[in-house]
Amino acid sequence: MSDDRIKMAHGAGGSLMRDLIGDVFVRGGGDDPDVVGPEAMEDGGAVRVGDRWLVTTADAHVVAPAFFPGGDIGRLAVCGTVNDLAMMGATAPLGLTITVVVEEGYGRDELRRIQASIDAACAEAGTRVLAGDTKVMGKGEVDGVVLSSAGFGFADRLVRDRGMRPGDRVIVSGSIGDHGLAVMSARHELGLGDQLRSDVAPLNGLVARVLEAVGADLVGLKDATRGGVSAVLHELADKNGAGVVLDDVALPISDAARAAGELLGVDPLVVANEGKAVLIVRPGAVDAALGALRAHPLGRDAACVGEVIADHAGRVIVDTGFGRRLLAEPRGEPLPRIC
Amino acid sequence: MSAAQVDRLQFRDPARARGLLDRLRALTAHRVDRPVTLMHVCGTHEQAIARFGLRSVLPPGLDLVMGPGCPVCVTSAAEIDAAVDLTRRGVRVATYGDMIRVPGTTLSLADAQTEGGRVELVYGVDQAVELARAEPETPMVFFATGFETTAVTTAAALLAGPPDNFFVYSAHKYVPPAMEVVAAMPDTRVEGFLAAGHAATITGFELFEPMAKAWGKPIVIMGFEPLDILAALVRAVELVVSGTPTVENLFPRCVTGPGNGRALDALWQVFELTRGHWRGIADLDAADLDLRAEFARWDARVRFDLPRQLGDGTAHAACPVCPPQQRCGDILVGNARPDDCPLFGKACTPDSPVGASMVSSEGMCRIWFQYGGRPELGP
Repeated sequence: MSDDRIKMAHGAGGSLMRDLIGDVFVRGGGDDPDVVGPEAMEDGGAVRVGDRWLVTTADAHVVAPAFFPGGDIGRLAVCGTVNDLAMMGATAPLGLTITVVVEEGYGRDELRRIQASIDAACAEAGTRVLAGDTKVMGKGEVDGVVLSSAGFGFADRLVRDRGMRPGDRVIVSGSIGDHGLAVMSARHELGLGDQLRSDVAPLNGLVARVLEAVGADLVGLKDATRGGVSAVLHELADKNGAGVVLDDVALPISDAARAAGELLGVDPLVVANEGKAVLIVRPGAVDAALGALRAHPLGRDAACVGEVIADHAGRVIVDTGFGRRLLAEPRGEPLPRIC
Repeated sequence: MSAAQVDRLQFRDPARARGLLDRLRALTAHRVDRPVTLMHVCGTHEQAIARFGLRSVLPPGLDLVMGPGCPVCVTSAAEIDAAVDLTRRGVRVATYGDMIRVPGTTLSLADAQTEGGRVELVYGVDQAVELARAEPETPMVFFATGFETTAVTTAAALLAGPPDNFFVYSAHKYVPPAMEVVAAMPDTRVEGFLAAGHAATITGFELFEPMAKAWGKPIVIMGFEPLDILAALVRAVELVVSGTPTVENLFPRCVTGPGNGRALDALWQVFELTRGHWRGIADLDAADLDLRAEFARWDARVRFDLPRQLGDGTAHAACPVCPPQQRCGDILVGNARPDDCPLFGKACTPDSPVGASMVSSEGMCRIWFQYGGRPELGP
């Protein structure tokens, strides 16, 4: 089969998606020091306005099922957008836009529930929807409901992807894998009940605390969405020509996520989070960063989980406590194993 | 403390692991030039070994190889072709996630899906039965792959009386004949086997006793936690070094001598052994699990007239899509390591797999690509 057709794997946040973006959507650019454009492949773009940066981001949301344990597509749209802005250093989002594409026959009550979630998440993040658009498509032309969102806000200092160096430490802001495994469990009706809930949450308040505590010692910041912590660390390792060693024993993974992961044969490190950040900090700032994170309700389980090394550029190594192995870079959608 | 934490403490204790590794190192110190070669026959074992980083710490006097233990890998291309053909005939095909991307002669089921075929990813046969019930006018074929462990679930679904539009295409395989093929190879280096704990949970360990005797090689039943694996390796090496070809069960919390009677009853009530084709290996006698005649009304081979296809009996002809330099067959029987294959990681990657062993998460090539095989990952 020809490689010119887009497959589902091209949208899964791994290296295939990065290849597609580099091949089709991003050609050239990057020569204006006052602009961060799509060629930088960061969480958002930015333009310099006076002595500040105006940060913007765009996101589309196609989660199935649209309502899942711990959240729904409306909350996801707001949090995803707010978090992308926060990861660039813009922690006070000025406003969002939300476009709703809905399938003929979809329930008005479901739409109301989604809108209520949007309102609640905006209140939590301290922002608002400034504009929107509604489109209806014919039966079968779209699967239920699709949301597309954008957001903007100012950052005094941009947090970029290219500041990490050997010796820096890797911190995660809390337990990992919950969102992806909760959605997979719901999608495939694994019947894990209420134990596994999505972590979808706006991280701007949490990030603001960390920036206040460690300032320029925070040298990398990404939300671990599609492709999970693994995709984020591979991207950072690749962009900075460094390696990363992760301490498996230190990784905060809930018992429910661990169990679902073992059941499905899916590593919690490669599934999406919607309320977790990966932070790269200078070694002297670890305690201050952890202190700031753990003082916030969304960062209580924050942990230092690894270190940046000079060797093994572009690779992520897991120290399992028994031995060492490579961490897989997610490529396509994780498929559950057969036995 | 939660149950999960207790479990981790018991079977994932790094200090105990170091003790077992020291013992392995001492036992094999005299064999560094000609390592003790043990074979396991289970993708889940290779997964566990790789995932816990055990390959990076095994002593040089021990060579642990994987045999034909990936059911997806040994599913013949002709069977995948048959499933692709079914999708073109308007039949829904349900199968396990791993199976979807394995190339047949020309297409995989994923390709068939891109073409518009109806392919459903399921976690178990029950889900396929439910999907069939939800759309009674459309025939649904469960493309059933896996060893005896998985076959038991297929058997249970058929015994429960599935709907009339539900059919099984059995590509199920039976592990012991594959072990026998390796043991019987004149040039084999394998001195002992590690049998899969989950398969043995069904079949029991007594089944292996005549084999160990006939082959003159010990067989140790191995579990899947790091300490299960290391303890079984220690025992297997002890048996090899002392020349004791017996069966030992190092997974006693799941495996018994006679096995799971109810599961075995269901298995043999529904299936019988037949000669089958193992991709990359050969045609093997009594190695495939075929539906018995009493279950013909649910047999997709009967309903859709899809006769069982065999190869010409030779290893290389066994896989019609293999380029000649590809070493799938050698890798599947433990005669080569993935990085001995010139295609590994270059022309053959998880994105564009050439061999089935690179597709399945149970395949050795995929596992080595993902976890680095036996890399030098030290500081």
